[in-house]
Amino acid sequence: MTHAGTTTKPTPPPKPTRSRPRLALPDSLAGWLLVAPTVLFLAAVFAYPVVSTALTSLQDAKLTKPGEATFVGLENYTDLASSDAFWQAIWRTVYFTVVSVGLELILGIAIAAFISRRFAGWRFLRLAIFVPWAVPTIAAATMFRWIYNADYGALNGLLFQLGAIDQYVPWLADPFAAMNFVIVTDIWKSTPFVVLIVLAAVAGIPGELYEAARIDGASRWQSFWRVTLPMLKGGILLVLVVRTVEAFRVFDIIYILTGGGPANGTLVISYVAYQETFRFFNLGRGAALSFIISLFVLMAALLYLRLLSTRQGETR
Amino acid sequence: MAHQRLGRIGLAATATALAIVAASVGGVLAQDKVSLNMISMAQAGMTPDEMNAVISEFVELNPGVEIVPEYVAYDALHDKIATGMASGQSPFDIMLVDDIWFPEFAEAGWLTDISADVPADMLADSSQAAWDIVSYDGKQYGLPWLLDQLYFFYNEDMLTQAGFDAPPTTWEEMTDMAQAMKDQGIVDNPIVLPLGQIEAAITQFVAFLYGNGGEFFDEAGNPVFNSPEAVGAVQWLADGIASGLINPASTTYGEEDARNAISAGKAAFTVNWTYMYDLANNPDESAVPGQIKMAMMPAFAKGVEAGIPSATNNGSMGFAVSSGSANPDAAMAFIEYLTSKDVQKRYSAHVTPLWTSLASDPELLAAQPVLLAMFAEQWPFAHVRPKVPYYLEMSQTLQVALQEALVGSKSAQDALDGAVAVAVDLAGE
Repeated sequence: MTHAGTTTKPTPPPKPTRSRPRLALPDSLAGWLLVAPTVLFLAAVFAYPVVSTALTSLQDAKLTKPGEATFVGLENYTDLASSDAFWQAIWRTVYFTVVSVGLELILGIAIAAFISRRFAGWRFLRLAIFVPWAVPTIAAATMFRWIYNADYGALNGLLFQLGAIDQYVPWLADPFAAMNFVIVTDIWKSTPFVVLIVLAAVAGIPGELYEAARIDGASRWQSFWRVTLPMLKGGILLVLVVRTVEAFRVFDIIYILTGGGPANGTLVISYVAYQETFRFFNLGRGAALSFIISLFVLMAALLYLRLLSTRQGETR
Repeated sequence: MAHQRLGRIGLAATATALAIVAASVGGVLAQDKVSLNMISMAQAGMTPDEMNAVISEFVELNPGVEIVPEYVAYDALHDKIATGMASGQSPFDIMLVDDIWFPEFAEAGWLTDISADVPADMLADSSQAAWDIVSYDGKQYGLPWLLDQLYFFYNEDMLTQAGFDAPPTTWEEMTDMAQAMKDQGIVDNPIVLPLGQIEAAITQFVAFLYGNGGEFFDEAGNPVFNSPEAVGAVQWLADGIASGLINPASTTYGEEDARNAISAGKAAFTVNWTYMYDLANNPDESAVPGQIKMAMMPAFAKGVEAGIPSATNNGSMGFAVSSGSANPDAAMAFIEYLTSKDVQKRYSAHVTPLWTSLASDPELLAAQPVLLAMFAEQWPFAHVRPKVPYYLEMSQTLQVALQEALVGSKSAQDALDGAVAVAVDLAGE
């Protein structure tokens, strides 16, 4: 594809050394033609759905009443904003996001710091730590549904045999406890991602820094605190952005583990959007919810990106 | 060079596309057969193999007709029909519809009113409860097919061990038996019920509500499932969970979890669909094979006093003809064949016959000794869930209300009052 380079030239070369086909198109047109499929593709799968969703979110549209959609302005949004259930779902989502991402970060850094040292069996441990991440979320959640089961679950079996409990406990029967067990599942599933990124960042820290720290008489803890951690900021912020965005949209774990229950204790905002759209077919309200979720995610991402760019500026 | 190559690829692609279009148009034009698309379920009822065998029989009798079946899981069926029909293309001629979806689909105009075409002999030889499934607003929108209801299951050995020789006839009696089992250390949580935040909880609620003399809607169509009878039933469930007589994990359980608890020998009583009987007594699936028996659904003492000895939920499905079908007569002919007495008699392994007279057929009784008799005995006490077009939303609200009452975050009265208020709103929308 040599044409991409030639399009920027102001004039074509006066005497082409290569023989061109007779009916050749002007280079700029050829360029447009070449990118046209991509542009059309993006317009079809990105621009059109976004615009269409935005318009739907301003309508009272129900899938089971085709052709009866009416324009209602911002009513879907104002209805949501004035609904307690909506804000409860938002707060649940925020709780889930903050706790799971926070714990994943702490655990992830600790594990990365531990396995970055090359003790016996480090290769095996490094591989093993990534297994949860490779398991599809649906499969992981199904597995944890069994583990947590109140009558034949592995967690009850283990604790009972260890003597920690004297009878089986229905872990998912309390709304708040259920949310925390969902979080444990998410931590199990996603911490390896944090480990991976942190390990990569650790590998990029020059050895001289540690050498200098040692010469200055720094302890192991001090060199972790003063050298490793500051050098990891970029990686950590990257992890924060990616994991926050993912956690805010959490759906599959909850779909399998609790179905939003008990008593809506694990009903996060994505689940509300799913219910509205695909269970009740309230397309308008579902579209509005999707937009609100995108807005929250976008705000979080922008905040982090801002932090990321200033921090990187500081270290330079 | 690149242009030429691209041009050639483009030309080849266009030619291929044209060829495909031409071939498919040709295929359509070449067809002189009537082709019917059917969407059905690969979960309960007849297996796809049995269904295909019936289709082959029908096609042999009607050589001009071709039936293209599609089998999906129950959980996918509603959304697949709804999205397909909403597209306006009417991709299906014949559709399997759950009883709670008939109002929604009928209101959307997707179902053909077949009231005038219902075979007279079928109508005469079947129960009203079967027709409740497919009816909405006084019209019939399909033929009843998969007749199922909730049954009472108990572990006979545990019952004997606790010193009882017959299953309970009231829910209060079951509580006493459960207490005895718990006291004697036979089982920790003797009762397990699928009361998770899913549709299963509503089917259970129907059984307890009607068993206490309550109802969903009064004669005028107002929601009354916050009546003293309803509150009493829910309070009984909440008390059972609080005392541990009902397994506290029930609020997280679906039918399969409840069945597994029974099959693991972790509970003595449950309420579940027909399918559980085989599985809970199957040595490959169950640790207590041969111990799980069925009995009439109990009612509350208050219900029994009011002349209600038993109450359960009718959870059945019917076959409907799509309103967009190009060949509604052929589609109707097929669902008539599928539900005919002859076919129902020959394929009785997984479907309870719609025809009342088949229940006393000696051949069938020999093949299905327990289930057929149990069905006939329980069926007169089966109640359908509300027939309203906003059912799924109301159900979701009620599921959450039940959960709130059962985990104790609200009183039964407050929780049900809230759900009724939402139902009133939904009805007004």
